[in-house]
Amino acid sequence: MSAWWTYRLSDILPFSPQTYYRLFELHNPAVWPAQLLAFAAGLAILALLISRPPWAGRTIALLLAATWAFVAWSYFHVRYAPLNWAAVYSAYAFAAEALLLVLSGALGRITFATPWPLAAKTGSGIVLFALFLQPLIGPLFGRSWSGVELFGIAPDPTVLATLAVLLAAERMRWELLAIPLTWCAVTGATLWAMSSPEALLMPATGLLSLALALSRSLRKA
Amino acid sequence: MTLSRRSLLASLAALGGSVLLGRRAGFAQAAPLTKPMPSSGEALPLIGLGSWITFNVGEDPVARDACAEVMGAFVAEGGRMIDSSPMYGSAQEVIGYGLAKLGHPPALFAADKVWIGSGDEGLAQIEESRAHWGIPRFDLLQVHNLLAWEEHLETLFAMKAAGKLRYVGITTSHGRRHKEFEAIMREHPLDFVQLTYNIVDREVEQRLLPLAHEKAIAVIANRPFQQGALIRDLQGQALPSWAAEIGTRNWAEFLLKFIVSHQAVTCAIPATSKVAHMRENMAAARDPLPDEAMRRRMIAYVEEI
Repeated sequence: MSAWWTYRLSDILPFSPQTYYRLFELHNPAVWPAQLLAFAAGLAILALLISRPPWAGRTIALLLAATWAFVAWSYFHVRYAPLNWAAVYSAYAFAAEALLLVLSGALGRITFATPWPLAAKTGSGIVLFALFLQPLIGPLFGRSWSGVELFGIAPDPTVLATLAVLLAAERMRWELLAIPLTWCAVTGATLWAMSSPEALLMPATGLLSLALALSRSLRKA
Repeated sequence: MTLSRRSLLASLAALGGSVLLGRRAGFAQAAPLTKPMPSSGEALPLIGLGSWITFNVGEDPVARDACAEVMGAFVAEGGRMIDSSPMYGSAQEVIGYGLAKLGHPPALFAADKVWIGSGDEGLAQIEESRAHWGIPRFDLLQVHNLLAWEEHLETLFAMKAAGKLRYVGITTSHGRRHKEFEAIMREHPLDFVQLTYNIVDREVEQRLLPLAHEKAIAVIANRPFQQGALIRDLQGQALPSWAAEIGTRNWAEFLLKFIVSHQAVTCAIPATSKVAHMRENMAAARDPLPDEAMRRRMIAYVEEI
């Protein structure tokens, strides 16, 4: 494709908004009862963020890795790729993030401070939002309940919860932030091209996360 | 001077444009108007069926059936050309599903594209596309957006020579790479070109459409509604009082009649997932079509809006 950067996003998005939202309506019954496991994993992450036992970092990393791997395979590879060839690259990216999370967990690179700092409180709040409130956005804008986007099943809440965990951690792990931040831009652009009312949510969250991460890194330097 | 079949047919096609517009034999009064393809004389209805976005519905059984319904109504209205591309996600598979459901209509004119960066992989992609459609061969294959066009054109002309393909073409859209497009049109014996032409995007009137006419190349007009944007912009506006003179009852007919009434344009390929819209589109392939003075009036009216 020549001069691809001169195309508008809406020119190259190969599906309609109806088809995109139908994806989730078809995806949810296809992966049932994975939603229950994903929700349990989300609650466990939240509980570990609040209680912060010494093994919290490793366990959270593994739980998040499982959700990223599941979204890579079941959503991007199986569901989304037939509609959009570019989804294959998203599948690779999500699989790579899963691998990075496993490695970070195994190497003990994700740890949480013992007193409960503001970052950890904020992170827990955002995980709570990703688990309970973000799925309500679709129905709030008139979309079907059967197409709710859930943590561990759909990419956006999974990414949001991951950003929250990474921001709550004792040290910033930039190698883990790159893919979630990139996804915030990708999903924002896709939703923007479809004129979705919530198009700015993920890019705004990504920018805020980036700003917080930068400020924390600079303060430590 | 030797008069080849190709140039003879082209000359005939050029004689009076719409004078040669005919109705397909075997159809009742409602059959769409056709134009002859310059390179063969084969008649093609003025309106085809695009599949960009609208047919990319994946495995969704409800949406697949809706697409099959559109295809069924299109064929029932006398439509022939269905156009797709490997770039259109699952559209080829959905077309294959619809064709199987319709019992493979014999009048189908199957138009697809090759769209891959490596010339070596062109044949494999074409075979994959053919399998998705579930047909023995394509009528028309075009090099999509000029991607690796030199290698792919070689492949397509070889397929045509071997009787595995009837027509060869190239495509562009959004008004891109017109200089290169023009050079290829001049240098290669193309049967078809596909390009963007509508009442707002008329750059091709300057060079590409006259060249297609001169070189006896059939023209498929894509993006007739600018991916729906034109219809959305005009929807709230009233049709001009003189729209009845060209038999238009809605903006879709108005916009399509403008396109297919150009002497060099063989057909337009609007895409839709709704049977009602498809019928509106097909109605544009019926008399009367605007003459040159009326076409100028149509442009002026839309530009004023």
